[in-house]
Amino acid sequence: MLGYIIRRILAVIPVMVIVAVFVFLLLRLTPGDPAAIIAGDMATPAQLERIRTSLGLNDPLHVQFITWVGLLLQGELGTSLISNTPVTSMIGQRIWPTFNIAVLTIVLSVLIAVPMGVLAAWRHRTWADYAVMAFSVLGFSIPVFVIGYIFIQVFSLELRWLPVQGYKAPSEGLWAFLSRAILPCLTLATIYVALIARMTRASMLEVLGEDYIRTARAKGVAEQIVLFRHALRNAAVPIMTIIGTGFALLIGGVVVTESVFNIPGIGRLTVDAVLARDYPVIQAMILLTSALYVFINLVIDLSYTFFDPRIRY
Amino acid sequence: MKFKNRTFDDAETVLDIRNLTVKLAGNETAEPVLDRVSLKIRAGETACLVGESGSGKSVTSLSVMGLLPKGSLVATGGTIDMDGKDLLTLSPQAMREMRARRISMIFQEPMTALNPVMRVGDQIEEVLDTHARLPGAEKRRRVLDIMDQVHLPEVERIYRSYPHQLSGGQRQRIMIAMALILEPKLLIADEPTTALDVTTQQQILSLIGELQEKHGTAVLFITHDMGVVAEIADTVHVMRLGRIVEQAPVETLLRHPQKDYTKKLLEAVPSLTPRPYQTGEERETVLRVSGLQKIYSTGTIFVRREPTRAATDVAFAVERGRTLGIVGESGSGKSTVARCIMRLIDPTAGEVRVAGKEIATLSRRELRPLRKHIQIVFQDPFRSLNPRWTIGRSLIEGPLNLGEDKRKSLARAAELLALVGLPEDAIGRYPHQFSGGQRQRVAIARAIAMEPDVLVADEAVSALDVSVQAQVLELLDSLQKKLGIAILFITHDLRVAAQICDEVVVMQHGRIVEHDTAWNVLSNPQHAYTRSLIEAAPGRFWDFANFRELRSA
Repeated sequence: MLGYIIRRILAVIPVMVIVAVFVFLLLRLTPGDPAAIIAGDMATPAQLERIRTSLGLNDPLHVQFITWVGLLLQGELGTSLISNTPVTSMIGQRIWPTFNIAVLTIVLSVLIAVPMGVLAAWRHRTWADYAVMAFSVLGFSIPVFVIGYIFIQVFSLELRWLPVQGYKAPSEGLWAFLSRAILPCLTLATIYVALIARMTRASMLEVLGEDYIRTARAKGVAEQIVLFRHALRNAAVPIMTIIGTGFALLIGGVVVTESVFNIPGIGRLTVDAVLARDYPVIQAMILLTSALYVFINLVIDLSYTFFDPRIRY
Repeated sequence: MKFKNRTFDDAETVLDIRNLTVKLAGNETAEPVLDRVSLKIRAGETACLVGESGSGKSVTSLSVMGLLPKGSLVATGGTIDMDGKDLLTLSPQAMREMRARRISMIFQEPMTALNPVMRVGDQIEEVLDTHARLPGAEKRRRVLDIMDQVHLPEVERIYRSYPHQLSGGQRQRIMIAMALILEPKLLIADEPTTALDVTTQQQILSLIGELQEKHGTAVLFITHDMGVVAEIADTVHVMRLGRIVEQAPVETLLRHPQKDYTKKLLEAVPSLTPRPYQTGEERETVLRVSGLQKIYSTGTIFVRREPTRAATDVAFAVERGRTLGIVGESGSGKSTVARCIMRLIDPTAGEVRVAGKEIATLSRRELRPLRKHIQIVFQDPFRSLNPRWTIGRSLIEGPLNLGEDKRKSLARAAELLALVGLPEDAIGRYPHQFSGGQRQRVAIARAIAMEPDVLVADEAVSALDVSVQAQVLELLDSLQKKLGIAILFITHDLRVAAQICDEVVVMQHGRIVEHDTAWNVLSNPQHAYTRSLIEAAPGRFWDFANFRELRSA
């Protein structure tokens, strides 16, 4: 078991090396002179030269890479070309809103979707099942920004229950945080609810046909215990996979939602950086999201051993 | 043969099924699945429900448990009386309270009947949690006590084990413990030993008998195995197509069966008396295996573990037109040997000579043209044919791979179908349109389409009903006579081996422990393991086909 964890963690290293190489090349191999891209159309030769030296662009490629990785390992991600502040502190400020929104979204999704999926499987081929399936199709097909604007229209503008936009940290008061976070989270959650509910339903349907479910019923066990104690845990592995993948995709999805709801998270930071061609920030964001994906995958893999004692690599 | 000849005239009736009719839900016109089934079980009695697959045995038992699959089967008539109540009219809540307390059930597959992610101790304890309020220490004591009663070793350790850490026999003991912990009046056992080895089967049967004696439980035992019936039944109910065709005390039924169907069923039971060895002229050896070894190493770079020896020093030869049986229990290595010979897996050491060519060390590519010399028929005919291919396409795939002309192959496929006794139009149909026995015929036709020298039959009749089994065995025999093919017949069933094999190899723990003619092995076994296998065969003193004691016994 411990051996498996260690091997699984070691396997992360080559993945991250490949990502680092790619991120590094992204800037160097872009057509044209990176310094010219950075400096913009109106730059003078002297400005260009200054940028080249500051980025170390005059060194041979492999020297540049080693210097860059060396800095990276010390936690040095460079300085923003626009605001001139260190990228680490920019991300440090912005990551918490995104993280809070992402966690709240995934928690909401699981709390809504898993019972929905279980219900649909238990009441297979009844109106409850069809309703859940219809919702899933709907949740998949409506674009995130449309749902966002509908929520704002209904809950903020018509009913005036919630603020339209903005963000407050949980430390500034739970209601202040929740009242602003709930709409973006629900918006984001729609597609994950659809996804997770579908997966839960499919996985539960399979498990409910198993012999040990019949055994549990033959023991006279109550139906909710059959569903949640016996069936759900056996159905958990594919559900966990989809939750993990969902969480990782979420980090990509916040870009749109943060723009719609005006939340100062890393999604907005990335959008701003791309528009301003702030390469050090873009690089840092790619590295960060890749590392996050890899980490989430690791956690999911390890969670399997918790749900299923037969998995002991 | 000693039968249980007990009378139950004075015993209290535990379960009384009257005119039970079950139909497909939402289909009034279809034939009922169960048609006016009536049977009565009294305290302490073992009633056996026998019949072939599809006869309605399991539907009867599930009706009693109230576990008919919702939405597909419904009980439309009759009554099931227990404790003065009609179980068919009970509310779901009331029915749940009956289960485990008054009626319990154990199932065929101990491998899948336990929840794989819960410790077995917790699974037994759940019965107590559901039906009785007991303090924690008392609960644990009772669980350990019942585990002890079903003769599980090291109960404390097994209490904390997961199902996959236990053997099939142990899992079935856990199921029995779970079923009997609340001392129900009725135990329904649905083919509880079918998936187990003979020696384990014997242990489980005697365990059920012992606990039944101790608690006076009535047992409804469902089986297709007449040997088991002869061993354990008080009363036998023969089912066919949803009806009970004959009911009688066990000895009466086996000695004087009244109905033609019962007679047919009994006549199909293969005899344990081996067929006499045909001495004849020297024949060409087509398969010779020597020093065959297969080792699985399970360790990793970090952990060194003892490698598993699945086969050690296996050697035998088969001549043209002869059948060699490999007999053994699960884990004995018989299937490993078959797969090594087929080169479906690679042997670690040793030689395999097929039609004079050594194939054990050939590369996949060198092997391809030689594959036609040796072909295999698998156990499960439902999963060994591609469901989206027509029978014809399955049959000609092999010859086409060897470069045969398509039209010629198709003509040959039609001949083969006739040879295995299938209609000519089968060629354009799909596997799901055939029964299990017919599919096994297709599988055999596919194997002989390559005109092999050796046919490996890996438990090829084990999944079939006895009457079908007899037909397929007959087919293999006649094909052997016609084509002079050598057959390597792998089976766990001594009765089947006795019917078809000239020679028998007995395997245990990956080694051959006995090798002789079938006659010698079965009538005069030398090795203790062979003797224990023969002694564990249920009903071995009874000659089912002739309705009398076995003469040689």
